[in-house]
Amino acid sequence: MSPPVAPAGWSRWLVPPAALSVHLSIGQAYAWSVFKPPLESSLGLSGTQSALPFQLAIVMLGLSAAFGGTLVERNGPRWAMTVALVCFSSGFLISALGAATEQYWLIVLGYGFVGGIGLGIGYISPVSTLIKWFPDRPGMATGIAIMGFGGGALIASPWSTQMLQSFGTDSSGIALAFLVHGLSYAVFMALGVLLVRVPRGENREGTAGAPSAFQGPQVSANTAVRTPQFWCLWVVLCMNVTAGIGILEKAAPMIQDFFKNTSTPVSVSASAGFVALLSAANMAGRIGWSSTSDLLGRKNIYRVYLGFGAVMYALIALFGDSSKPLFVLCAMVILSFYGGGFATVPAYLKDLFGTYQVGAIHGRLLTAWSTAGVLGPLIVNWIADHQKAAGKSGASLYELSFIIMIGLLVVGFVANELVRPVNARHHIPAPREETVDVERQQPESA
Amino acid sequence: MSNDSSQSPPDRRPLIAFAWLWVGAPLAYGLYELVQKATKLFTG
Repeated sequence: MSPPVAPAGWSRWLVPPAALSVHLSIGQAYAWSVFKPPLESSLGLSGTQSALPFQLAIVMLGLSAAFGGTLVERNGPRWAMTVALVCFSSGFLISALGAATEQYWLIVLGYGFVGGIGLGIGYISPVSTLIKWFPDRPGMATGIAIMGFGGGALIASPWSTQMLQSFGTDSSGIALAFLVHGLSYAVFMALGVLLVRVPRGENREGTAGAPSAFQGPQVSANTAVRTPQFWCLWVVLCMNVTAGIGILEKAAPMIQDFFKNTSTPVSVSASAGFVALLSAANMAGRIGWSSTSDLLGRKNIYRVYLGFGAVMYALIALFGDSSKPLFVLCAMVILSFYGGGFATVPAYLKDLFGTYQVGAIHGRLLTAWSTAGVLGPLIVNWIADHQKAAGKSGASLYELSFIIMIGLLVVGFVANELVRPVNARHHIPAPREETVDVERQQPESA
Repeated sequence: MSNDSSQSPPDRRPLIAFAWLWVGAPLAYGLYELVQKATKLFTG
C-alpha cells in the first residue's frame, strides 16, 4: 500500500481527527478492568488470570511498536492504521468467540496477542505523519493524538460498563459485548484510515499548509539506537513514566491510607473521584504540556517534568497527610507531567533525529514504557507490602516509595541534561529534490 | 481530461467539521462521565 499523498488543498486539520480515531479506540486497553469481574465469575478465573489479556496486550504493544516501526515508516500511516484496525477489532471478535465457547485461551490470544499488535502499530501510526504536517507545532500535534490514548479509557470504561449491564455478565453477555466492541471500533477507526494523508513536498503546487517531509538533519532508526541521545531519552522517559505510575497504580488505596487517621478520611467512592481527577490531569498534561513544549523547547519542558515532579513528590512526602487539597494538587501535577512526558517525546525525537524515521525511533523508545510499567508498580507495591508487614500504616506506607521516586526523577533529570545534538556523522545524506519526488510523493491513485 | 491547476480545491470545511465531531462526540461523553465521577471526591 503506497502512502496516501494529500491532494491539492487538503487541510492539515484533517490529520489530527484521523489520529484521534485510532488513539481513542486503542486507549480502550486501560479500561480492560471493566471486564475482569464478569470474566472471573462466569469462567471461574482468578484475578491474576483475568489480567492476562491486558498484560499480554501491553507486552505486544511494546514489541510491535519496537519491531514494527520501520514497516510503519516504509508503508505509511494508512497501512499502519489498517493493520491497527484489523488487529484491534479482530482481537475483540476472537475474544467474543472465546467467551461464547467459554475457551479463555481464545480471549488471551485474541485481545492480548492479536489486539496487542493493533495497540502497538496503532500507537505509532500517526506520529510521523503528524510531525510532518505540523513542523511548526509538533508538540501540539502529537499531544492531540496521544491525549486520545488517555481519552480512550474515559470513553470505554462507562460504555463497556453500560453494555455489560444491558447484555448481562454471563459468558454470552460478555461475548456479545466483545462483538459490539469489535464492530464499533472497526467503524470508528475507519475514519482514520480514510482521512489520513502524508503531505506533499513544499515546492509542489497547491501545498499551502503542507510542508516538506524532510527538513534539517535526519538520522535513521537503526543509527539512532546507537547514539547516546537515544538512550538518554530512554532513561528520561522510563524515569518519568515510573514516577507517574507510582501514583497511578495505587491512587485509590493511597489517598485512603494518607487520610485514614485524620479528621477528613476519604471514602471508597471519594477515592474513585480522585482516580478520575488523575485521569483528567493525565489527559490535560498530554495536550497542555506538549503544546507548551513548542514554546519552551523540549529540553526545558522535561526539566519541568522531572525537576518539578521531584518537588511535588517531596511535598507529598513531607506535608501530604496534613492537607487534602495539597495532596490532590501535587498528585494531579505529577500525573500531568506523566502524560506530558508521553506526548512530548515524539517531538523531542524529531528535534534530535529529524522526521525521516521518527515513528520507528519512537516505537523503539516505547520499550522504556514497558520497563516502567513493570518497575513503577513493583516499587510501590513491594514497599507498601513490606511496610505494612512491619506494622506501619497510613502515609508512612509510601514514604520510602516516594523517596525512591524522587531519586528516579533526579536520574531522569541528569539524563535530560546529557542530551546534546546528534553528531553529524550519524546524519543520512540529504536527498535531492528529484529523489524526494520519486520515492516519497507517489500519486493518490497508486 | 481537466487540468487540476485550473480548478480551485474543494471546500474541506464540512469534512473537517464532520471529522472533529466524529471524534469529539465520544470524547465529550467520556469527559462528562469523568466529571460525574470526579465530583465524588468532594461530595462522597
